[in-house]
Amino acid sequence: MTEERKNGYKSGSNLEKVLRAGHFAATGELGPPQGADPEEILHKARLLEGAVDAVNITDNQTAVVRMSSIASGVLAMRAGLEPTVQMTCRDRNRLAIQSDLLGAYGLGARNLLCLTGDHQVFGNHPTAKNVHDLDSVQLIRMVKDMRDENIFQCGEEIKAGAPRFFIGAAINPFADPFEFRPYRLAKKVAAGVDFIQTQLIYDIPRFREFMKKVVEMGLHEKVYILAGVGPLKSAGMARYMRDKVPGMIVQDQYVDRMAAAIKGIPKEEKKARREALQKTGIEICIEQIQEIREIEGVAGVHIMAVEWEAAVRPIVEGAGLLPRPQVADKEHP
Amino acid sequence: MIVGEQKPLAEIMELLGAGSKAADAKKVLVAGCGTCVTVCFAGGEKEVGILASELRMKSKLDGHPIEVDEVTVQRQCEWEYLDALEEQLKEYDVVLSLACGIGVQAMNERFPDVVTLPGINTTSLSLPVEQGVWEERCQACGDCILGLTLGICPIARCSKQLLNGPCGGSQNGVCEVDPDIPCAWQLIWERAIKFDRMDDLLKIQPPKNWSTSRDGGPRKIVRDDLRLAEEEIE
Repeated sequence: MTEERKNGYKSGSNLEKVLRAGHFAATGELGPPQGADPEEILHKARLLEGAVDAVNITDNQTAVVRMSSIASGVLAMRAGLEPTVQMTCRDRNRLAIQSDLLGAYGLGARNLLCLTGDHQVFGNHPTAKNVHDLDSVQLIRMVKDMRDENIFQCGEEIKAGAPRFFIGAAINPFADPFEFRPYRLAKKVAAGVDFIQTQLIYDIPRFREFMKKVVEMGLHEKVYILAGVGPLKSAGMARYMRDKVPGMIVQDQYVDRMAAAIKGIPKEEKKARREALQKTGIEICIEQIQEIREIEGVAGVHIMAVEWEAAVRPIVEGAGLLPRPQVADKEHP
Repeated sequence: MIVGEQKPLAEIMELLGAGSKAADAKKVLVAGCGTCVTVCFAGGEKEVGILASELRMKSKLDGHPIEVDEVTVQRQCEWEYLDALEEQLKEYDVVLSLACGIGVQAMNERFPDVVTLPGINTTSLSLPVEQGVWEERCQACGDCILGLTLGICPIARCSKQLLNGPCGGSQNGVCEVDPDIPCAWQLIWERAIKFDRMDDLLKIQPPKNWSTSRDGGPRKIVRDDLRLAEEEIE
């Protein structure tokens, strides 16, 4: 029996400890580089260290080839972060996934986010063959069975040490069919997920409506739900997400506020405009966190500041979430 | 039905070796098929006629005229329809088949001394949803789940072949990959509501057994009850 198990934890990860202790969690995101140089990861890690409880390491996000999420996660660990390794079903079959999970665990990863994966047409290898041997629900169940039943997907016993991950998954409350989304969450819960990170929220009323149903179904008591937020960089970005990104809803007020942020600042004053946009983007994000925190069933926030990792610390700080809690093993009941 | 579409003329000319004098096919038989590819207007008698004319004109313009003849058999995928071609084939350097991939291979197997080239790309098992529009409905995965998914196949129709519900990219009824693709899981969900079978969609579908779909080597069905006894085979 492992140390973690003795302490009553599923994985013993920092994120698990923070959530189990009842703290409002904050997680971040780190996109690996499109190359082999580890410096970018170390740089981003310095920006995130101490600001969040764990950091998602994306897995060839938007189907663009990047350094592997496991390797990047190990580099991030060396820099003092706790990684949440993302694993998609797009690029690997059940053999490759299980083999990678054994490796990731062996290298020290403890959190895993199980995803279907963005379709390859959106990335830089649109003619690639996708895999989808499993879907995200089946992936969750497989990882849970590896941890709790000590078996591979085929049913054979894992004789040389089972990987014991804190299992995460994503939920998009803004995609259709809207009525099915809480049930989709219920399926992931039934499959064995421990925590959820949602799609970026720019429509709090709709998220509230979703959470109301989730609470009615009692799902919030079975899974930790981290609300996805992220700072807007410009009105153009908000508009693009509103109009062009499938599965996203952005309320007009956010577009308008970002547009208003630079009103009156001449186009030539690029630095002043940039600073005004950054300030407003961070402000909106902080307000969102404060509003979302009041919604029943929300256990934390997942802050996605894509290629703007420097924004995470001011957001967490502004939301009153610093310093991040340090939970010792014995604190768990 | 099996659906295909004709390859571009330039690619067909290249396949025939037109341009490289040594490999030039001087006499070509364009062979159509009277079944699926006729119905989807890709390789029936009419398309054979049009392509044959194009080849004659193009090769003439290019300065290396090819003699092109035409034939269409009822089904290129059955030996009995092919046998009638045996004598005729001896006259040709190359056969250009406008049948599906099964027909092309059947020709090469039945007549190993003649090269049969493909003139169409076989694309899918599709439904003609309207005049001139064919949409894939089946990927012949070998383990039909339509009973679980209310008659809509997510293997053929979901861009990620999901078995446990829609991904986060479904919006306004369409797939994130292309607004022209209806989201299969939206359709399944609507059927589930209509027939009050939402509970079925909440059951976790385990990983699919893909061994019936993409196993090693060609999949094969042997029906001993239908096979002829040895003395019945000539």
